[in-house]
Amino acid sequence: MKIYVCVKHVPDSAATITIRDGSRIEENITFLMNPYDEHAITEAAGLRSQLPDAEVVAVCVAGPAAENTLRSAMAMGADRSILVVADRQIDSMLTARALQAAIEADGTPHLILAGKESIDAEGMQTMFRLARYFGMPAATNAVKISLEADGAVVESEKEAGSRDILRLTLPCVIGAGRGLNTPRYPTLPDIIKARKREVKKIDLADLDVSSPGGKTEILSLAPVAENREPREIAGDAAAAARELVRILKEEAKVL
Amino acid sequence: MKKIGLFIEFKDDEIKPANDGMVTMAQGDGHELFALVVNADAAACRERLSAYGVSAVVDITAGGGAWHPDGWADAVVQAMNACGIETLMGLTSPQGRDLLPRIAAVLDAPLVMDCVGVDLDRNVARTTQYSGKAMAEIQLTGRHHIYGIRAGAVSPAPRAAAAEVHAFSAVEPTASGIEVLSTRPGEAGTVDLAEADIIIAGGRGMKSGENFKLLQDCARAMGAAVGASRVAVDEGWVPYTFQVGQTGSKVNPKVYIACGISGSVQHFAGMKSSEMIIAVNKDPGAAIIGKCDYYIVGDLFEIIPEVTRALGAAG
Ligand SMILES: Cc1cc2nc3c(=O)[nH]c(=O)nc-3n(C[C@H](O)[C@H](O)[C@H](O)COP(=O)(O)OP(=O)(O)OC[C@H]3O[C@@H](n4cnc5c(N)ncnc54)[C@H](O)[C@@H]3O)c2cc1C
Ligand SMILES: Nc1ncnc2c1ncn2[C@@H]1O[C@H](COP(=O)(O)O)[C@@H](O)[C@H]1O
Repeated sequence: MKIYVCVKHVPDSAATITIRDGSRIEENITFLMNPYDEHAITEAAGLRSQLPDAEVVAVCVAGPAAENTLRSAMAMGADRSILVVADRQIDSMLTARALQAAIEADGTPHLILAGKESIDAEGMQTMFRLARYFGMPAATNAVKISLEADGAVVESEKEAGSRDILRLTLPCVIGAGRGLNTPRYPTLPDIIKARKREVKKIDLADLDVSSPGGKTEILSLAPVAENREPREIAGDAAAAARELVRILKEEAKVL
Repeated sequence: MKKIGLFIEFKDDEIKPANDGMVTMAQGDGHELFALVVNADAAACRERLSAYGVSAVVDITAGGGAWHPDGWADAVVQAMNACGIETLMGLTSPQGRDLLPRIAAVLDAPLVMDCVGVDLDRNVARTTQYSGKAMAEIQLTGRHHIYGIRAGAVSPAPRAAAAEVHAFSAVEPTASGIEVLSTRPGEAGTVDLAEADIIIAGGRGMKSGENFKLLQDCARAMGAAVGASRVAVDEGWVPYTFQVGQTGSKVNPKVYIACGISGSVQHFAGMKSSEMIIAVNKDPGAAIIGKCDYYIVGDLFEIIPEVTRALGAAG
């Protein structure tokens, strides 16, 4: 039985972003696995023990440098991985098509895991599109997954901590939320073992990807200006507190 | 002129206030605004919606009234088709995150979530990317266009219209593969952080879960919601729903008060669009001091109770 995990190769959130040509970022910065995808990989590694002959396969659509992210995925528990090599940034509609084609060409999924959101594009949609293309049910922001004989029971976190308890038929697609687990960071032996595992590379152009019903395209990208001018509220605790309340009332007008 | 569908969200049988800003965003040169209301009392909300420019309320009945993510998505798609609506807007709320991408997937249509602006004539969305570090203008191409709107991105501006209510009964969709076993409610009375006007948040400087009571008291006195940094969540002081930041909630309140929070890039990713940021920190060198509007250098355990007291005296 195969569990596929979609992992995205994203800029380190701590990195400073520089914009090139007004529409993309300079890529000479550190890239890592999307944080929610770490939860997805960790969950897959945990679920594997419950399934007979289970294999965990990480799948990524990105440039060749994403091999590093797939090595991390394998160090965290994936048995092997697939890199769909794209020579440019592609949107989530085409990405979902590419993921579907790559998974379909590889095997029959029992379960597909993804993250609930990527921290670069912040699209929040790839898992739903992938599920639709496959004709599978989908859930997102999963904080608990229990596999049953013929389905998966998923707790999907909603507003103010409320949860939908859903039963999905298998195979299905689930987007991992942060409450799902604590990512298991790899040890040195894990990392060394991962070096020997397979990263199968497929060119996006060589996949049979049907074209989606539309697209999104970045027209312009600009740094978000940090233009606050910090002013100190001085005085002892009581005086500062009174001044703060005055600011809330008279300047922010929220009281 | 376009027909714009607006998915209206309810909480405890009331229209969520954030819808008003979304409807305002859709006002524009002669667009016809259709409020899409699923399994709720549409007639009761007619006046409220028409005050912001909605001219038709589509009263959708789906799946016997109960919540079902695929059932609702399918019902909205059916109503859009029946009314000839090709552009849809909804909130990037927890429900919107579950519903809008499903609708986009059914229609195989482009979707941009968390928009702070939309140009409905050119089909262009404005949203942040890269953990809030960059502002992107995104062109949507296709027959349908779907936008998830960030709560509070636009202030509501009234514009009177006369809304008519149209009933629409969705056809039972084919089996979806999802069964909703139950919905477990969250904590009573908790405000969704993304829609709060004032947030007072605590970080490692709070030192314990009990100390968050100081923030709760202060929050109650000013009508604020309580947030937290990831450290406070990871330490188990408050639940994950409190977390603000790149891997927590993205918020944009009128005022964000950060107490004992250093101001990491990842924390800022979730709150940098706040109108006013106020920091309470004992370290004058903390990153947040250089990136806020007002700061108090001092011990939060002395300052916060004084603020609560001052609010009491003022109120
Ligand atoms: C992939 C990734 C995602 C992340 N996502 C998030 C996220 O979503 N949200 C988030 O918050 N973080 C996130 N982080 C963590 C982030 O990098 C920081 O570690 C975290 O924000 C620090 O929290 P803090 O400010 O509470 O703690 P610290 O950085 O330790 O700061 C504590 C502050 O409290 C002050 N202080 C201490 N005592 C007092 C006192 N008595 N009175 C006043 N001030 C006091 C100190 O001067 C200090 O400035 C993420 C990290 C990674 C790698
Ligand atoms: N290029 C990609 N390669 C692999 N997985 C991806 C890619 N883009 C998105 N995903 C998956 O889809 C999830 C949601 O992404 P997004 O829709 O961009 O927020 C991510 O957490 C990944 O699991």
